[in-house]
Amino acid sequence: MSTTGTAQRTVQVYRVYIKASPQAIWDAITRPEWTERYGYGGRVDYDLRPGGRYRAFASDEMRATGAPEIAVDGEVAESDPPHKLVQTWRMVMDDGLAAEGFTQLTHEIKATGGGLSRLTVTHDLTGAPRLQLLLSGGQEDQGAGGGWAYVLSSLKSLLETGDSLPWPS
Amino acid sequence: MDDDRVFKALADPTRRFLLDLLFTRDGRTLTELESELAMSRFGVMKHLRVLEAADLVVTRRSGREKLHFLNPVPIRLIHDRWIDKYAERQVTALVDLKAELEEPP
Repeated sequence: MSTTGTAQRTVQVYRVYIKASPQAIWDAITRPEWTERYGYGGRVDYDLRPGGRYRAFASDEMRATGAPEIAVDGEVAESDPPHKLVQTWRMVMDDGLAAEGFTQLTHEIKATGGGLSRLTVTHDLTGAPRLQLLLSGGQEDQGAGGGWAYVLSSLKSLLETGDSLPWPS
Repeated sequence: MDDDRVFKALADPTRRFLLDLLFTRDGRTLTELESELAMSRFGVMKHLRVLEAADLVVTRRSGREKLHFLNPVPIRLIHDRWIDKYAERQVTALVDLKAELEEPP
């Protein structure tokens, strides 16, 4: 979660077990037709090669409230489908967030038997205090959503039941 | 994940205290956590194992150190699947009651 780790790094770690194959989880993270169905509901555009461009678009609902077209941008550093994806990640919803710069995001997916897979999201948010608060769900009561925990809960719900969670009111 | 393990892990004041410590500052070593508790290193390790089994704590290696991170997802899952459900029902019941009471006789 938020706050400072040792060795001057600030890292948030999130883990969830999902009854789905690593490939299904990989697709849900990297393909726009999936990403628009859970979490914050924006479509993504991934060029899954080292140096490839990454963009996440604001959902229609967010656009309606004045959000810019692009919510997050970054660059793929390592892509090992369907197990590991390392990338830079910068939120550009407003100038203050954009000024915090690029952070490093890692998705790791591992089959753990019994049809279950383990998804671990490790987000190095060193030097990005506003993102730390936002992504740990610290601004949920102000309508900023529940951050990574909400996204992963929603993803699990979608892959296991075919339905994601409603946007938290 | 197994809700039973999460509830069991949370049903202990020392383990809740450990989670509170990680909430305040994440990514701590066993030695750092131990220094906050009047308990043997072995005792703290035992509690951390229960928290890890429930996935409330995830560890990562950083050089020679093993760092402990609070993973809030299991609590979020319980929130999303249980608490929201009941909260919604209560709200609906209150809305129904209000409509009924306000209806002209």
